[in-house]
Amino acid sequence: MIDYLQRNQELVLEALGEHVVLALLPVLIGIVVSLPLGYLGVRFPRLYQPMVNVCGILYSIPSLALFVILPVVIGTKVLSPVNIVVALSIYTVALLARTVADGLRSVDRTLTDAATAMGYRRIRRLFGVELPLALPVVLAGLRVATVSNISLVSVGALIGVGGLGALFTRGFQLFYAEPIIVGVLLSVLLAGIADLLIVLVQRALTPWARLSAGRV
Amino acid sequence: MDSSYLFDPEHWDPGAAGSIPQLLLSHLGYSALALLFGTLIALPVGLFIGHTGRGSFLAINAGNAGRSLPTLGLLMLMVTLLGLGLTPVLIALTVLVIPPVLTSTYAGMRSLDASVVDAARGMGMRPSQVLLRVEFPMALPVLMGGFRSAALQVIATATVAAAVGLGGLGRLLIDGLALNDYSRVLAGAVVVAALAIVLDLLLGLIQRSIVSPGLTGRAVRTRRAAPAP
Repeated sequence: MIDYLQRNQELVLEALGEHVVLALLPVLIGIVVSLPLGYLGVRFPRLYQPMVNVCGILYSIPSLALFVILPVVIGTKVLSPVNIVVALSIYTVALLARTVADGLRSVDRTLTDAATAMGYRRIRRLFGVELPLALPVVLAGLRVATVSNISLVSVGALIGVGGLGALFTRGFQLFYAEPIIVGVLLSVLLAGIADLLIVLVQRALTPWARLSAGRV
Repeated sequence: MDSSYLFDPEHWDPGAAGSIPQLLLSHLGYSALALLFGTLIALPVGLFIGHTGRGSFLAINAGNAGRSLPTLGLLMLMVTLLGLGLTPVLIALTVLVIPPVLTSTYAGMRSLDASVVDAARGMGMRPSQVLLRVEFPMALPVLMGGFRSAALQVIATATVAAAVGLGGLGRLLIDGLALNDYSRVLAGAVVVAALAIVLDLLLGLIQRSIVSPGLTGRAVRTRRAAPAP
């Protein structure tokens, strides 16, 4: 396996780089889209249930099917990497919008009332009090979305753009296990690193969680 | 949008080989088998870990580890190592069912109030009765959540498995891509997506009907509806 890596260093690194971009760009897009969506679901409680239902339906569409249906919907070519990015963004939003809404709803009412009494207006209260307190729930959702994005990218290899998935199809065509094992290990490793990074970000952003845990 | 393949009645003839109903049926068959095997393995293990608390590290991390496994890589690795055929694919699909079912069974058992289990013991229930009549039914809502995501995962992966020779609806996608026949690709994608959505809704309904009304709050609601004294 080490041998394979050494002989195909360039190929593997290129696949890895593509994999990271294809998996993480949708995460960023997903965060940007789902924060306002989740907020709307809390601000207007009537929207919450329809939002959850639509998200559930979108999330249940198998990835390969979504990859190839998208060209009809957004007018891309069938073998375009844009399909992968958009599809994974849809999954991320479907998961995160609900998590953001649930996270904001989980914030203790007395805390938001206290903030209001201290003179926080809605927007400042949202960013200064509610969102930080919702972070543990939101980041838990983000971990799931990021890890599953990283594992889903490789399905894209079936339509020609799949990062490390290219190693899978190559190994399968040659009936040669090494590239597949390298690809699987790198993909799992990448998911593990991304997951760990989010945990570290959560620790840095929610210092009070550790403080109160220490006191008990 | 070219939907000629999807709406061609020839492709819906249940008697014709490779028609959409036949592919749908085989797709469901493979998925059901993998779900059955996976659940038969994961459920007892999850119940054991949840009941005894031993090996909880395994149960907690199984879900995450399973999610990070690239399905296509797993499929192609199994086939490359074990050869073409149904068995390696079924093994791969079963492997994907185990983590969500195991983790959710454990999480469901952990989510219930310890005092409920104590009460059951105090009433003189044997350990097996506590497990089967208290812990398992109360863990069902969370467990069903895991089972539903396992089912979706299997439907999606069985589609991808057409790339390693499995039958089922993925054939339309993979063959269509190979033949540059987008109409066929689209037909497969639409039917697979519809199958997944319908299956998830159906499992949701089943979940509502098998979970005890005392847990979902439906029983409480009907009681509240009675006029207060």
